[in-house]
This record gives sequence, structure tokens and C-alpha cells, in this order.
Amino acid sequence: MTGGRAADRTARGRLLLIRLLVLVTVVSGTIYIGWRWTDSISWSAWWIAVPLILAETYSLVDTALFGTTMWRLKERGEPPVAPDGVTVDVLVTTYDEPVDLVLATATAARDIRYPHETWILDDGARDELRAAAEQIGVGYITRSESWVGKPRHAKAGNLNNALFQTQGELLLVLDADQVPVPTLLDRTVGYFSDPAVGFVQTPQFFTNVDDADLLGSQAPLFYGPIQQGKDGWNAAFFCGSNAVLRREALMQLGIVGYVRQVDATVRRTIRTADSILARAARRADRETPAVRLAVDEVRAAVRQARHDLDSGMSLGELTYAFQRRVDAVSLAVVRDNAAAIRADLAVIESLPVERDAELGTLVVDEAAFDELARRDLSPVGAIESVRAIASQIDADVAGEAQPVMPLATISVTEDMATAMRMHSLGWRSVYHHEILAFGLAPEDLPTMLQQRLRWSQGTMQVMLRENPLTKRGLSLGQRLMYFSTMWSYLSGFAALAYIAGPIVYLTFGVLPVEAFGSEFFARFLPYFLANQLLFVVVARGIATWRGQQYSLALFPVWITACWTAFANVVLHRPLGFVVTPKTTSRGRRPVPWRAVWPQAAAAVLLVVAACVGLVRLSTGHADLGPTLVTLAWVVYDLVVLSVIARAARYTGPSPTKTVEVTS
Amino acid sequence: MNLDVEARDDTTAVLLPAGRLNLVSSPRLRAAVGDAVESGRTLVIVDLSGVDFIDSSGLGALVAGLKTARTAGGDLRLAAAPQQVLSVLRLTNLDRVLKVHESVDAASDA
Repeated sequence: MTGGRAADRTARGRLLLIRLLVLVTVVSGTIYIGWRWTDSISWSAWWIAVPLILAETYSLVDTALFGTTMWRLKERGEPPVAPDGVTVDVLVTTYDEPVDLVLATATAARDIRYPHETWILDDGARDELRAAAEQIGVGYITRSESWVGKPRHAKAGNLNNALFQTQGELLLVLDADQVPVPTLLDRTVGYFSDPAVGFVQTPQFFTNVDDADLLGSQAPLFYGPIQQGKDGWNAAFFCGSNAVLRREALMQLGIVGYVRQVDATVRRTIRTADSILARAARRADRETPAVRLAVDEVRAAVRQARHDLDSGMSLGELTYAFQRRVDAVSLAVVRDNAAAIRADLAVIESLPVERDAELGTLVVDEAAFDELARRDLSPVGAIESVRAIASQIDADVAGEAQPVMPLATISVTEDMATAMRMHSLGWRSVYHHEILAFGLAPEDLPTMLQQRLRWSQGTMQVMLRENPLTKRGLSLGQRLMYFSTMWSYLSGFAALAYIAGPIVYLTFGVLPVEAFGSEFFARFLPYFLANQLLFVVVARGIATWRGQQYSLALFPVWITACWTAFANVVLHRPLGFVVTPKTTSRGRRPVPWRAVWPQAAAAVLLVVAACVGLVRLSTGHADLGPTLVTLAWVVYDLVVLSVIARAARYTGPSPTKTVEVTS
Repeated sequence: MNLDVEARDDTTAVLLPAGRLNLVSSPRLRAAVGDAVESGRTLVIVDLSGVDFIDSSGLGALVAGLKTARTAGGDLRLAAAPQQVLSVLRLTNLDRVLKVHESVDAASDA
């Protein structure tokens, strides 16, 4: 116990130091940025000065959010003991990963010590894998028939399908490459003795990564201080794998989501149906009177539905009554139409050759047929729009494979949205900081870029669809924790300013900051040093440099993510879904220029600008102080971007562990 | 959970689950709704008077049953729910969609 207490004291001491550094960083940062806004912007060069100050302000907010996360850093230590008798399903999700890889994970999953059932969720429906699953004695699940012709929702859909074919109280979700240790459940199930706990997330760790980690796959800052900080605010993130979830919490999300969707769809349709039906009625006016009558009848049904909705009738009753009424109308129209067609056919039999009164030409048979076709088709057309409306005013969510979707399908990264919804319903979350599964990271740059793009797109989709700052049911701390992650993906725009700033000065002599002397350093250095020190204390020896490099160096990815997510959510353009390949062929590959040309262009421009700057300095066209500061800035940018050049040539981990001098 | 199924008439079936309608027993309720609809009884009434506990998986089975019945042009209705069931329906807002009728007769006439 004394050891535990001593550890507690150390943890408390560390937290105090962190909080002190957070305060110093935010205060000094605010002083610096305040001075920059009020006293140092070169308004004559506003086109570069304003983007730069905006970028710097962005970074300060980012730092403040990071500080908020660290404020409640929570080190949980030993987990509570797992009680006997909890039923658990272990779900291994796969789409197209190699069978051997899936089997290795499934076998390890089967051998987890705590009693459980193991299932392979094969979205590729491969017979080979089905047979292999049977051989090693684990369950095998593919999509049920109801998914045919419906949106599949990728991994979220795969899990949602399996949820209705399994029965455990808890679910351990594993990606196909995440090999669990036998004690995984013993170390996590105990947390669920608290009935309010909805999920427990453990770290993701990759075994095919050497010490240099050129692709920045390990995320020791995220699966460490950041998750522990979020945990302190009861806002640990669910990351899609290596997590245990409570079925009841997920199903509750599914039910609440179902009601919300039916309610929203019915309301929206009832609101918009009037104008659509009015249009149909106008068209019908020129066609058969019977259709006109039918459309009028449906309009009356919509009015009735609106009235029922306002009077508080349940959506089930309201939609049922509406459906019956529309069915009756459709039947009448079809019957009536059949009679009309018969009548038309009779007319054609006796069709005389008519002379058109106005043009004095003969009306030929073709025209008569056209007329008939129009009259034949238009009632169906009118009924089509009615049908579309009718399918919306129902309670069966006809467009989806299953009405209840426990895992959120609003984003390509189902995990974050699911966790946020769980938090908003009052469920608690746990981040358990112990590596309990070993996975595989992408082994080449293009694959890694795809993966990062998907994560950032998913995060921005959630941000745009369910803004955490306004979502009901979240605490202030939880709002900030979700917002912080979303905010961090805006860094691509700031990076543009940080790269453009020095280029503009060195090439054209345009200085975006009015003072680069002692006035600047007196305010900038305290902020900069406090920030760096905070990082050192928080990181406690873990390697964070790679992460820092990539947050700037992947600026094209972040910008693409922001733009495509916006186009998807607001403009309803398709996003496209990319499954990250887990293994890649080794060997020399050409540098993927198409993927990294923005970084390459930025590096070339920076070098050229540095040369021009030196020439300007030597010819007396530039001042020494600002040139030196800007050159230092260029060197920093180039060092950061250099990781891309090395990553582009990377073809997998080196066979022997090498100690790498960090660049 | 115990589950009785009664054919009320050619188009109506009454399901009587008793005990705990939870993650273990809900698949059976779903299957029973499917069977009833397949046999042409597309109006399915679930008499909940014998249910002393329902969880979200149980609610999920009711929603899935509603979809099955609606797809076949019928309906799924609830009757005689005890207090615990009512409060879970309220908690998840599912009472916005599924009204609970006083009795099987009332559900059938609605």
C-alpha cells in the first residue's frame, strides 16, 4: 500500500506541475498573441499578415485545448477485478485482409482466458475463411440477406449486423490485425461492475514499426497523456478496436437513434410533401381527372398526418393510418387507369384522320400514340412522387437494412461518433492505459496517407453533422474534448501560413510582423519555452517529435479532409471509403510523387526563398535581424517536411532494431 | 422467458412473452414475429403484461418486428405494458413511435 501511496503522491506532484505549466503557457501565449493583434501586424501587407496572425491564434487555441486536456490527466493504475459470469463476445472484424492474418488474430482471441465466445465478422464473405473459422472453433458471421441493395456502412454496418446475431453482455471489438493477449478481458471486464460504464478503450500498439517509426504510426502521445486527459473529463475516445463495449449502451443508442430518425424523416416529409404534391396536382390537372383526385386525396392524408403529429399521436399510429389511406388511393388509381387505357385503346381502333384546325395539316397516327403514351405514363409519374413521400412517412426505415443501428453510421469513422452519442446519453467511459493487443501499421507512405485521410475525414464529418459544442447531453469538459480533436485537424490551413510567411519575406522583402527585435522575443520566447516544457513534462520521455512533424507535414491531407468532408456533409457529394490495407508488398517502390507533391513544392520554394534571401542580405536589400529569424524559421519548416522525403522511400521496418538519430 | 403465440384470427397474431425480455431472449421474439407474418398474420400484437423486465435488446426486437410487419403491409402493436416496460419505453423515447394500448382488444381495434 505504501508503494501505491508514494506513486499517488508522485502522480499528484506531476499533475500540479503540468497545471502550472498549462497556466504559464496559456497566459504567456495570450500576452504574445494579444500584442501581435494590437501592435505588430503590418497592415500594408495584410494579405500575408492576416493569414499569419490567424494561424498563430489558431495555434494558441490548440495549445489551450491541449492544456485543458492535460488539466485532468488521469492515471488509473490497476483495474478492478473482473467478476465471474459476465458474458462476452469477441468480434474480429475483417473485410479483405489475408486469411492467415485474420486467423492469427482469431486464434489469439479464442485463447483469451476469461470465458467468452469468439466470432469472425467477414464482410468479404469468403468461403475459405468460413471453413478456417470452423476449423479453429470460432464463430463466423456475414451480412444477412436484409443488407442486399441497402447501404452497407462499412465497418459500422458489419458490427451492427453482428450485434443482432450474438448475445453477450459485453463486446470486445478487434480489427483483423490486432492480436490480443490472453489477459485482455481479465484486465478490462472489472470496470463494467460500475453499471454506468459504457466502454473501456485500451491502446493500439504496432509491432511492425521500428524505433525510427518513419511513418509516425505509434501514437504514444494520444494513447497516453491525451486519452488519459480525456478520461479525466469522462470523455475517453472509442477508437474502433481494442475496446470493450456494453451491449446495453450500444442498443440504447440504436433505439434512440431509430426514434430520432423516424421522427425527423416524418416531420421533414410532412413539411415538404405539400409543395411536391401541389406540383403533381398541377401536372395531373392537364392529365386525367382521376389522378388529380388521387393526388388531392393524398394531400388530404398528409394534412391529416400533420394534424395527428401536432396533436401528439404516436408516430406508429400516424404512419400506419397514412399508409392505409395511400394504399387505398393507389389501388383506386390503378383500377381507374386500367379502365382509361382500355378506353384509349378503343378510341385508337376507331381513330379517324383529323385535320388540325390551326395548321391545316393531317394529324397522323404517331401523334395519337404519343398522346396516349403521355396519358398512360403521367398518372404513374404522379403516383411515383406520391410513393416516394409515402415511403418516408413510415416507421420501418425502408432505406436501411435494419431499423436499429447501434454503431453510428454518420461518419466513415464510426467510433468517434458512437462514443460521443454514448457520452451524450450519460454513459461513462474508461481509458485503460495498458497494451493488451498488438497490431500492424501501414508499411508505406501512400497507405499511411490514405489512413490519415480517412481518420481526419471521419472526424470532420462528425463535427459537421453533430457539433459537440451544441450537442445535447454533453458536459462542458466533454464538449471541449471532442472539439479539441476536431480543431486539431484544421492545422493544415495554419501550416500554409507558416510555410508562406518566410517565403514571402525572403523573396519579396515583405515583412508580415512589424517588429522582429527584442519586443518580439520578449513576448514570444516565454510562450514558446513554456509550451515546449509542457510538452516535455507531459511526454515524460516518450517520443513525440514524429507526431509534431506530421501534424505540420501532412497539411495537404488535413486540408483535403476538411474540404471533402464539407463537400460530403453540406453539398452531399460522395466521400468514398478506403479500407486501410494491413499488409503491403515489400521491396523498392518509386517515390509516390502524386501523393506528396505539395510538400515537395513547399520544400523547393523554401530553399529557393532562402537563397534569394541570402542574396538580398548580401546586396544590402534586407536587414540582418529579420533575415536570420526567417532563415531559422525556414530551417524548422524544412526539418519538419524532411520526414516526408524519408517516409516516401520507406518500405517497411528494418529487420534489426537500429538506434536512429532523430532528425 | 416464456413465449406463447395465439392466432386471434386469420390476420392477427398475439404474442405473449413472459419473464425477462432481454439480450438472451429477444432473438426468439424476433423469430416469432417473423413466423406470424409469414403465416399471413401481419397484424402482430405483443401482450407485455407478463414481462417483468425489458432491456434495449428487447426494445430492438420490438422495432425489428415492427419493420417485419410493416414490410408485409401489416403492423406491430403493444398492449398492457407494466411499469418497468413503460419507463424504459419513455427513457429511450420509443413511446414516440410505439404506443402502448390498454389491452389486446384495444390494440386490435386501433
